[in-house]
Amino acid sequence: MDILNAIVALSNFVLIPAIAYGSQLAIGALGVTLIYDILRFSNFAHGDTMAFGTMVTILFTWLFQSMGITLGPLPTALLALPLGIAATGLLVLGTDRMVYRFYRRQKAAPVVFVIVSIGVMFIMNGLVRFIIGPGDQRFADGARFIISARDFKAWSGLNEGLALKTSQAITVVVAVMVVAALFWFLNRTRTGKSMRAYSDNEDLALLSGINPERVVLVTWLIVAALATVAGVLYGLDKSFKPFTYFQLLLPIFASAIVGGLGSPLGAIAGGFVIAFSEVLVTYPLKKILGYLLPESLEPNGLVQLLSTDYKFAVSFVILVIVLLFRPTGLFRGKSV
Amino acid sequence: MKKLLMATAASALLAGAASAEEIKLGVILGFTGPIESLTPNMAAGAELAMKEVSDSGKLLDGSTVASVRADSTCVDAGAATAAAERLITSEGVKGIMGADCSGVTGAVLANAAVPNGIVMVSPSATSPALSDAEDNGLFFRTAPSDARQGKVMTQVLLDQGVKSVALTYTNNDYGKGLADSFQKAFEAAGGEVTISAAHEDGKADYSAEVGALAAAGGDRLVVAGYVDQGGNGIVRAALDAGAFDTFHFPDGMIGAKLEEDFGSDIDGSTGQVPGTDSPGAAKFAEVVGDAIDVSSPYVGESYDAAALIMLAMQAAGSSDPSAYKDKMMEVANAPGEPIYPGELAKALEIIAGGGDIDYVGATAVELIGPGEAAGGYREIVFKGGKMETVGYR
Repeated sequence: MDILNAIVALSNFVLIPAIAYGSQLAIGALGVTLIYDILRFSNFAHGDTMAFGTMVTILFTWLFQSMGITLGPLPTALLALPLGIAATGLLVLGTDRMVYRFYRRQKAAPVVFVIVSIGVMFIMNGLVRFIIGPGDQRFADGARFIISARDFKAWSGLNEGLALKTSQAITVVVAVMVVAALFWFLNRTRTGKSMRAYSDNEDLALLSGINPERVVLVTWLIVAALATVAGVLYGLDKSFKPFTYFQLLLPIFASAIVGGLGSPLGAIAGGFVIAFSEVLVTYPLKKILGYLLPESLEPNGLVQLLSTDYKFAVSFVILVIVLLFRPTGLFRGKSV
Repeated sequence: MKKLLMATAASALLAGAASAEEIKLGVILGFTGPIESLTPNMAAGAELAMKEVSDSGKLLDGSTVASVRADSTCVDAGAATAAAERLITSEGVKGIMGADCSGVTGAVLANAAVPNGIVMVSPSATSPALSDAEDNGLFFRTAPSDARQGKVMTQVLLDQGVKSVALTYTNNDYGKGLADSFQKAFEAAGGEVTISAAHEDGKADYSAEVGALAAAGGDRLVVAGYVDQGGNGIVRAALDAGAFDTFHFPDGMIGAKLEEDFGSDIDGSTGQVPGTDSPGAAKFAEVVGDAIDVSSPYVGESYDAAALIMLAMQAAGSSDPSAYKDKMMEVANAPGEPIYPGELAKALEIIAGGGDIDYVGATAVELIGPGEAAGGYREIVFKGGKMETVGYR
């Protein structure tokens, strides 16, 4: 019984939240890594692209809700998601036409692109706030829990509750689907292969007749889809606020770099490493040890490795260690 | 032309010689930044008092009072100090109604008000650290210090039979100050704080914080944060994980958003917010009418802050801060005729006639110790998804 209690407590407060958060970071980091891989710059506007996609999805969700269309126990936002992706696709393609293409033709240095993307970030930042405002928006509907902590306690008779939110389950399921689809696309389709070729060696790819503008177009569309999916999943799980999405940029970049910039597999691994390190290292083991150890050995203190104040430091320490000892990241991406 | 100039100069001199003048008061609040939704009402409250006094024509033989607004940003000490410096040196204000957030208030006080010898009355800075700030008797506040709120919280919780709590606070001057004063008071009264953990506002994920708080345990979770910032995320995550069912909310968390977002999920939770059952609050609502939203926090405190400055000027017979700073306590406290909102003209008359007043105002002002409000609090309980006032302390 005590062992079960310990396992349940650990899953409720560490495993489930970290897996859901890790999946959200992983999809976000995939977008960053694809841009870095194929367009060869760090896209600082990614967090705000996510915010834009989520905002459009929220607006359509509200429209559907006012028309009485729902998905039953599932959140209506899933229905609005394709429209959000489409709008975000148009936005990033427009940005590419108006801004990035100019610098691509100039063969501008990557650092110029980074600065340009910061400019784009501020514009998108303002755009989102202008349309939906800077406040907090909650748009999750449908059943909130698959298992709620109270029901679980009543059902199992354990001391510890286990909560599984619908949004957490959806996050993991959608993340798996998106990642599977992306890998199939990159490895099995002609367009996907041409993208990888373009990424490996641009000149050689051009010689073999790959149309660079088409590769760029497809990349932006995939990135728009990934950003919107990540943003909506995050918003469903927590809540939507433009400022928070802007701040998400930090853990997303940390994930992409730890995993290896330019490596899709690395982005996923990086997302989970960052999420788990934030939650696990700061989790006090008092309760778990209290269940597992005999009463005489029970700890009085919290048995917390680091106070939660330091959770961001943890991800950055991992980042520094990875960059020092393995500058290309865990999965051999490009060096930064 | 020359004659005209001479005449103008002469009349200007004459006007200067008479004691009637236009007195400027600075209103330094965070018109942009984290509390930008509250500050327009606060500024309007202060300006209402100024208008009342100007219209009466009784202040210092018919002087009028004009407000000059400046932005404190609530978070950027440098910007707030620069704004205050501008008000003092180029606008020539005789007193400052502000600033709002504790951090910028401390900065403005130390870097602009004290060096220039200007009186500052803050309507909303509640950090206990400001009680001991070096102020040469220039700093006052119509909001109570959080040292007082910590004691009130302790009382509320102990009366409910809550002996052990987990505590999380927003990582700034307000959150840290309140958390420390609460922990001290609660432990002194025999309660136990199982963990005191900071959270950052506007972050992506709070599951680590909630995990730590849940592992430490406690009968109730005390959230000393902001309702539209991290505090909201903490409550949401704690409810989702089933970590805590009931919470205790200090003033920063009390807002309509709490009802909207959580409804009956947080039934049985408690809280407190500065407030009073003195007749002043009702009278203030009457005076204001529909002009300002009086349910918005710190509006009454702002009115009182501005009123106190002007009454002290009248008592000192001068708008010079070094003269009227010593009269602040005198007009605010007993003995004397109690003065409610809307009665500023009467108060000015009594003072001019050599009488004594006890300014009560909208928030039952009573200045204690280093010139801060003694502080009454409204105790709140959540029932059926609504906030209910159960008493005053």
